[in-house]
This record gives sequence, C-alpha cells and structure tokens, in this order.
Amino acid sequence: MALQSKCPTGPIEQRWDKHRFNLKLVNPANKRKYEVIVVGSGLAGGAAAATLGELGYKVQCFCYQDSPRRAHSIAAQGGINAAKNYQNDGDSVYRLFYDTVVGVDYRARESNVYRLAQVSLNIIDQCAAQGVPFAREYGGLLDNRSFGGAQVSRTFYARGQTGQQLLLGAYSALERQVAAGSVTMHSRHEMLELIVVDGRARGIVTRDLKDGRIETHLADAVILATGGYGNVFFLSTNAMGCNVTATWRAHKKGAFFANPCFTQIHPTCIPVKGDYQSKLTLMSESLRNDGRVWVPKDAADRDKKPGEIPESARDYYLERRYPAFGNLVPRDVASRAAKVVCDEGRGVGPGGLGVYLDFRDSIQRLGQDKIAERYGNLFEMYHHITDEDPYKVPMRIYPAVHYTMGGLWVDYNLMSNVPGLFVLGEANFSDHGANRLGASALMQGLADGYFVIPYTVGDYLASVKPISVAKDVTKDHADVKAARKAVETRLKSLLEVNGKRTADSFHRELGKIIWDECGMARSEKGLRGALERIPALREEFWSNVRVPGSGEAMNPELEKAGRVADFLELGELMCRDALDRNESCGGHFREESATDEGEAKRDDEKYCYVAAWEHQGVDKAPTLHKEALEFEYVKLSQRSYK
Amino acid sequence: MKFKLNVWRQDNAKTAGRFESYSIDGITSDQSFLEMLDVLNEKLVGDGKEPVAFDHDCREGICGMCSLVVNGRPHGPQEHATTCQLHMRKFTDGEEITIEPWRAGAFPVIRDLVVDRGSFDRIIQAGGYISVRTGAAPDANAIPVAKEIADRAMDAAACIGCGACVAACPNASAMLFTAAKVRHLNLLPQGAPERDLRVMKMVEQMDAEGFGACTNHLECEAACPKGISADFIGELNRDLATAILRSREASKNASAGG
Repeated sequence: MALQSKCPTGPIEQRWDKHRFNLKLVNPANKRKYEVIVVGSGLAGGAAAATLGELGYKVQCFCYQDSPRRAHSIAAQGGINAAKNYQNDGDSVYRLFYDTVVGVDYRARESNVYRLAQVSLNIIDQCAAQGVPFAREYGGLLDNRSFGGAQVSRTFYARGQTGQQLLLGAYSALERQVAAGSVTMHSRHEMLELIVVDGRARGIVTRDLKDGRIETHLADAVILATGGYGNVFFLSTNAMGCNVTATWRAHKKGAFFANPCFTQIHPTCIPVKGDYQSKLTLMSESLRNDGRVWVPKDAADRDKKPGEIPESARDYYLERRYPAFGNLVPRDVASRAAKVVCDEGRGVGPGGLGVYLDFRDSIQRLGQDKIAERYGNLFEMYHHITDEDPYKVPMRIYPAVHYTMGGLWVDYNLMSNVPGLFVLGEANFSDHGANRLGASALMQGLADGYFVIPYTVGDYLASVKPISVAKDVTKDHADVKAARKAVETRLKSLLEVNGKRTADSFHRELGKIIWDECGMARSEKGLRGALERIPALREEFWSNVRVPGSGEAMNPELEKAGRVADFLELGELMCRDALDRNESCGGHFREESATDEGEAKRDDEKYCYVAAWEHQGVDKAPTLHKEALEFEYVKLSQRSYK
Repeated sequence: MKFKLNVWRQDNAKTAGRFESYSIDGITSDQSFLEMLDVLNEKLVGDGKEPVAFDHDCREGICGMCSLVVNGRPHGPQEHATTCQLHMRKFTDGEEITIEPWRAGAFPVIRDLVVDRGSFDRIIQAGGYISVRTGAAPDANAIPVAKEIADRAMDAAACIGCGACVAACPNASAMLFTAAKVRHLNLLPQGAPERDLRVMKMVEQMDAEGFGACTNHLECEAACPKGISADFIGELNRDLATAILRSREASKNASAGG
C-alpha cells in the first residue's frame, strides 16, 4: 500500500489556502446530522471538540480524568511559539518554518511544518480573545521570550503555567459548547477499542471508570487526541495516566504507527532518587536562558560540594562544545551531552546521574529578585522535591523522557490510513520529525484542534452519508458487537490471570529495558537484546500478573494492567523501528552512526522517509511502509550548533 | 520511616464508608505522600486485598486531580502545595496519619478517596468562559491590557480546580473557586461584555449544586495550594451586586419604555 500524504503542491506559502479552498464543505443544515467522537480533551482534543461543536456537529468527547480540564497539556510550563514578530527581531512565518524543519532534523514534511507556522498567528489571537492571561509589557502589549535555542523571541507565555492557561482557554470553550448542548462530555471514560466497519472508523468502545460499564458509541468520524506514549519508559514527565491504549487499539485495527522510535528526552529534569519513584519532574527549559550547565572536570571531584569546586575545575561542557549556542542548544543535543559527561564518570549527585544547572552568575548579574520573578515557581517546586534551595546551591538535573514525536501516521488532512479516523496533537507523528523544538507542542496541539481539523473533517464527512440518516451501522451490527466482545474478553482475561506480580512491577521492568536500550543511545546489539526480552516479559505478564477486584466497579489496578499490556506490545515496535533506522537523527541516536566528534550523523540517502508500520498480529513482524520526505525549500544539511 | 495509616474506605456512593488501619514500614523521607500510598497499594495487592483508590495524575501540582484530606487538612500539612507535592519528610517517624476524601455534599464519594467534582464543571458551563468563536478573534495586540490587570487576572487564573477550598470550608462553600474564575475573566477587557451575566449565572449554579454560603472563615485561602487570595471573593460580591443592580435597572427601563 502506497502512503498518500495528500500534501498540496506549488508555492509553499499558498499551499494551505489552496488546499482549504479545495476541501469539500458540509452544508450548515446538514452538520447537525453528523456525529463526531473526540477522544482526549487536552489542547488538541479540547480545541477540536469545542470548535466542531461551534460549527454545528454533534460531538461526543471522552477523557479518562475526572474533568477535561486535567488533561496533561496542563503541565506544559514554558510557552507557545508564534511567528508574530512583535519584537521586530526578524521573525516571520518563513523563519519559524525554516527553524522547525532544521530543528526536527529533516524528518517532517515541509508542507505540514509551513502550515503550522502559518496558523501559529491565529492561535495567539484566539487565546488572547478567550482571556488567556499571557505575560504583558507595561504598555499592555504581549511580552515574548526567547526559548529552546531560538535566536528570535517568539515565545508567548503565562508565567511558568502556559500549558495550564491555554488548556483552561480550550476547556472554557469546550464547556461553553457543553452548556449549548452541542458537545456531550464523558469524563472518567477510557477508550478500549476502535470500531471499524467496512474499512471505515465508525465508533469506539469505552469503559466507564466509575462503575466499569462497557459502552459502545457510534459516529461518522473518530478523532483521537490522546497524547503521547512516553510512559512506556515507566519513568517520564508524563502524568501517571498517560497511555498508548487508544492509539494502540487503533493501530491493531489497521492504523499505521509512524516513527515510534522518535522520542524526546528532555535535558532539564530532576534526577531519579530511588526505586520507589513514580514519575519525573521537568524543570522548564527556560531555565537554560539564565542557568549555566556544568560538571567537574575531574571525576574525582564529583562528590565534593559544588561550592568547593573552583571555577578552573569546572567544565561548562555545552559552552565548550557549542560556543555559538552554548547552554541553549536543542533538547536532543543537550541531553546527549549530559549523558556523555555522566558516562565519563563526572556526573554529580546520588548514582552520578546528574549535572549542575547553576544560577550563581545570573543571580550576581541580575539580583535574586529578578531571578525569582522569572522562575520563582520552578525554584519553589525544585525546593519542595529535593529539599535543596536552588538560590543557594546549583540545581541538579538529568535528562528524562518527556515527549514522543512518533505516533499514528496521518496525511495532510490529519486522517490516518483508516478512513474516518483522524489523529491530532502528540498522538500523531506529523510535525516534529525526530526532535521537537521547545514551545512547539502547545502550538501543534492547538493548530490541529482549532485550525486544521475543523476544515479537514468536513471534507471527509461531505463524502459519507451520516449514520443518523443511513442507519447502516447500529449497535447490533456484527462488527460492533465483536469489538465490544473483544473488550469484555480482554478485561476478563486480565482479571483471571491471578498471578503473583503487580502491573507496576512489569511496567518498571519494561521501562528499564526501553530506557537502557532504546533511550538516549541505541545500538544494534542492545536493540536485538531488547527484542528478545520484551516478548518474554509480555508472556510472563499474561501468565503472572495479578489484578485484584472486579471489572464492575472502579478498579485502578485493572486500568493500569490494560495500559501496561499495550505498552508491552508498543515497546517491541519501538525497538524494531530503532533497529531498522540505522542512522542518527534528532532524538534517535544510533551509536553506529556518529561523526568523529560524537555528533549524530544522518543518512539522507537511505533514511529520508517516514517509517509507517502496519500491524500483522502480536508476535508477528509488522510490515514497514515508507513515505519519502522531499525538501524543496530547506536544503538538507547537517545540523550544527557550534 | 514507619507509619500507622487510618484510611477511609468506601465501596461506592450508596454504601457506608469506614476507616481501616494499615501499618507501613520502610518509607524514606524523600518519598512523596502518593508514592507512600503506591507502596501501600503494592503491598495490599500482594496480600490479595483491594488497593486504596485515590485520584492523582500529573504528580507535579498542576492538574488538580489529587484530593486527600491528610490529618484533617486538605492536601496535608504543607502550605501552598497539592497532596502530590507533599513529601514524607513533613511527617515524623512512627506518626499516625489519617487520610480522608474531600467531604462535601456537592462532591459525592465514588470510591474510597475518590470524589465526583462534576459540579465544578457545571459552574464553569454556567458562564466561566468568554464567548469567542474559533477564528473570530482580532489581532492579539489589538486589545492592550495593563500589566497590573493582566498579572492580577493571572493570579486568579492560577486556580487548579482541585476543590481544597470546598473541603476546607465549614460550609462547603465553593466561593473561592467561583470567585477565581469570575474575577479572572471579569478583570480583563475581553471579559467585560459578559461580566454581569457571568457572575449571576455562576453564583446561581453554585447554589444549585448544593455548595454552602460563604461566611468569611477564610479556611479556603489557607488550604489553597495555589495561594488564591480570598480578596477575590469580596470582588465577586461587588461584581454580583453591581450586576444585580444593573439588571434591575435594565428591566425597569425595558418595562417603562413600553
């Protein structure tokens, strides 16, 4: 099967307009006949559900949390990019496009990235109109900061809580539609199966997490905006409930999974402290604007207090290796550099897995008040967790899993290869290639939800007859009943294993394998080993997991076990993808493909494509489909931050 | 560290709940409170018992999902922190710790320590938004907002909707939650056109949900993990009074104008 990206051609700045004009429209009177399911209520899902409701579609929105306001988009701290050029510092849509294509290491489509840069302008307008309290200057206009290595100031922010404020904006728009009756919200519901009838996505099967009730929901289109799969690593900065289940179920029903090995390891997280640890906490990347990263030059100094290590004995390794960008190099580069110094035995803190992020110089230069104004809440959070005061001693940080660039394959319309199944935000693979740039995730989530899907879903719906009219699919349809039955059987089998180990213990073990072999550095030998160990672990899971309680009540252990079962399959695909891509690009670093200086070496001859995997059954090798990537505007070249 | 835990257990909203006691050992001071509960649950599962259900998600103090009353205090003994940000170093070795759900009629218990906070969503549905259709917004810099106003709106908008204010209030009032949203939006010029209707509708919904009235105990402010100021409640009352007066004025004019 050849993948059709459906990207428009012609001058890049006209592609989206031209494409939008060519998309079919649904007559306003007919819109209410169409039912659309949105799974996930974060920036992408919340924005999509609200906007589709406004347009007049009948929307059903689902989330596993107790309220749509709690989706994990809320935890994003730093900011959101937009090419407004309010700072008059030379920014433009083209520059944001260019920076992104290069930053993602040439593994995303030019057409998608350009569209993203274009609609970034509308996003800021929309959010400001909704009452998002962005930071402002004294004149009342919006403030910007430089972020994540960008050389222009294009990041809009609301203190250290930008994600929260943008999400609350989308949530308020969503609740307005709930009040208007156009959106029905189903909180504490988890999607456990995709319903496909005659090759088209026609609904989902869910479990009500409050009482265990299994429900079937039919619709004319299904939109998945269910976030990323970073929790496959067990420890990540994701919320505890973040999971791959919705997208993995869709994958097993035919949707291709693209670039699963492209995961982002964020350089500035609080290091792991013990075996009991349940999650990792991110310290915003904005801290690198004023903090300097260092380790002792000599491994023998690593147990000394930082204040006892003189200036001459410190290695500011990012400033040394990358004089042009210094502490502001992109995330993948900063993370790898931290791993290198720790592998050399120069890491600090317990276990030697940490580097210093030091504010001494900026506190001297700007004063403690200024630093507190910029990062007060982050310093406080760090203090709470570590019991150390970062105004007095340098923070200790270490890379942690933060975001997944891979996801379900979608075309330019954000539709997967299963007609009627759309995928938005982090759940799709589309815009961040092999390395997402800072302040771009919020931008993509809202772009997809507010400004792309409202047009493209209409094009699909205009070509199909609504269920409400055709009545061709009902809850009694054989395929619908089979999907429901599959869910019931699976839950029953999880409850019946009655083994000795908890779901968490399997999750931890899987996470360790993926972190060691498919984390910051990957090698053929390691990946092959992982591909042996993961299926064995999966087998043990299904014969030795213990899930107490029943399926007919709230049962968090059952929820966890279902998610871990899916991670045990996804983990294998990630390693397979990483093994297959014998090049280094962005966050994917293959030890076999490095320059003499140890930097990532891309291989555009062989790997300038999107790897889209087709499921063939558990324990069977998936089929690889390749979508070639072409670069007409930004010339392929090796990234350099020296 | 070692603790004796008294945990509220309840199968569902229809059955009566009870406290059950558990002893737990081998906890370190670096562990978070919820990680301590993870250890308890692993142990319960190992012993073939049902683990304690509790709400939690981001575990970094921003999603507002976690909701435990620890030793009588919503979110426990640490100021300006959610339960997930509470660490065991705040407790003494051997201490007895009592863990309960939020207690309020408008937050019915679903199971154990998990409550239903759908009433908060319905208060937002009543008016906690600015009616702006996607795509209908003017340029973001077309509406300047004085920095002090934007900062103050942000102070109110920092609310995470956890419900600790309700749990702390002897009347189980939701005034701090409602006031934070009303003032976040009413302070801004974008929110001005709907300010009167917003405050009236949201307060009406709050009453309809069964939350109590505010009698100025200020327990809400003390319990709020985000330090939302109770001054916003006073400002809500002012907004509400003005809105009622204006709407009376408007209806008088309408009938007089006939």
